[in-house]
Amino acid sequence: MPKITYKTHDDKTHIIDVQNGLTVMEGAIQNDIPGIDADCGGGMSCSTCHVYVDEEWLDKLPAKEDGEEDMLDMVFEPKKNSRLSCQLIVSDNLDGLVVNIPSKQG
Amino acid sequence: MNKTDVLIIGAGPTGLFCAHQLGIIGLGCEIVDNLDKAGGQCIELYPDKPIYDIPAIPECTGKELTNNLLKQIKPFNFNFHLNQRVEEIKKVNDRWQVKTSDNKQFDVASIVIAGGVGSFEPRKFPVKDCEKYEGNTLFYSVKDKSIFKDKTISIFGGGDSALDWAIELSNTSKVNLIHRRDGFSGMEASVQKVKGLNDQGKINLYTKYQLNSVSGEDKINSVKIKHDEGEIKEIKSDYVLGFFGLIMQLGPILDWGLNIDKKKIEVNTENFETNIDGIFAIGDICSYPGKLKLILSGFHEGALAARGCFKYAKPDEKLRFEFTTTSKAAQERLGVKND
Repeated sequence: MPKITYKTHDDKTHIIDVQNGLTVMEGAIQNDIPGIDADCGGGMSCSTCHVYVDEEWLDKLPAKEDGEEDMLDMVFEPKKNSRLSCQLIVSDNLDGLVVNIPSKQG
Repeated sequence: MNKTDVLIIGAGPTGLFCAHQLGIIGLGCEIVDNLDKAGGQCIELYPDKPIYDIPAIPECTGKELTNNLLKQIKPFNFNFHLNQRVEEIKKVNDRWQVKTSDNKQFDVASIVIAGGVGSFEPRKFPVKDCEKYEGNTLFYSVKDKSIFKDKTISIFGGGDSALDWAIELSNTSKVNLIHRRDGFSGMEASVQKVKGLNDQGKINLYTKYQLNSVSGEDKINSVKIKHDEGEIKEIKSDYVLGFFGLIMQLGPILDWGLNIDKKKIEVNTENFETNIDGIFAIGDICSYPGKLKLILSGFHEGALAARGCFKYAKPDEKLRFEFTTTSKAAQERLGVKND
């Protein structure tokens, strides 16, 4: 199973096996990783599952849809490596992905 | 003081259908919501997105669903109290006294919390100093646009609110519009209009910039904005407006002594009552083993919670189970005319 690394704002690292097909958001919620709220449950309509992707992974991820970029306008402290974790579907290609969870979701 | 049987907190689909079920069994209710209209997440987050899993409705949008639910409860003439959230609840002699942020007061036998993921509040700037000026020279919504006349306004955001206010205020004020990227989420026609006004010098458009700091004594007099590449610009501003959409927050509900775990209220599955007698929770805000965050589950929860409310509203009466197809009482309440 692909391993996803979640780094929380308090500098804790959680390395989690996430099943292929789940989203990076679901991996966090199912494993009680703090800092990802996912209020809308994965509908790309609340932007409370915001993560910063480690730079080296930026180009390896599927491109953002317009809707995701629109939602990122609303997040707390958006950066170039901002993504919504509900839009990152885990696959073998994402094995080793590192995401950083922001200090707050809004 | 509004005296009735039930207060519903939240006018999303779950709250609206619970109101219907209360009406059917002959109870009265009042509905409070922090948004300016009914519909909850359906209307605020995805009014035009189709929903495909409402039983017997193959496809409908959030807006259509809301309108149909409102139509369904119309016969009962329930009151809505919008633009306010419930701040305080207090138990007095087996009834609940409730106060909203707009100082409306209710005296009810029970409360149904259908609050979704919380009440919608504006998202704020990450810059800490902004709090100091909030409500004075920094706002997240416009209540009185006349204060901006002949002033310099810096507007942040890329959605319809930011674009519409930039266009509107450019008639009477000097407007800076600052957005984090070149693309906008607002309507294309508005984007083109803003770009035109920028070309004419009526709006100063700064893209790929974000707020870096605000300064001023009691009031803001300038803001610094930072480009993606690190460059910082200082621009004079009398007022700052931020439009970053809304976020849902539980707010005062956290302080009512309810069993809350991960922002969800624990309920039983018999009637969706919480650990506090007379307070029910339904829809996205409640949790129980097997909870599915679907609108259809919220309808089921609302139907049972409404019946749970009955014993508090009419302790001396017994609720008889009836179908709307045959119940004369239910049909009368619905205003159905039988020949």
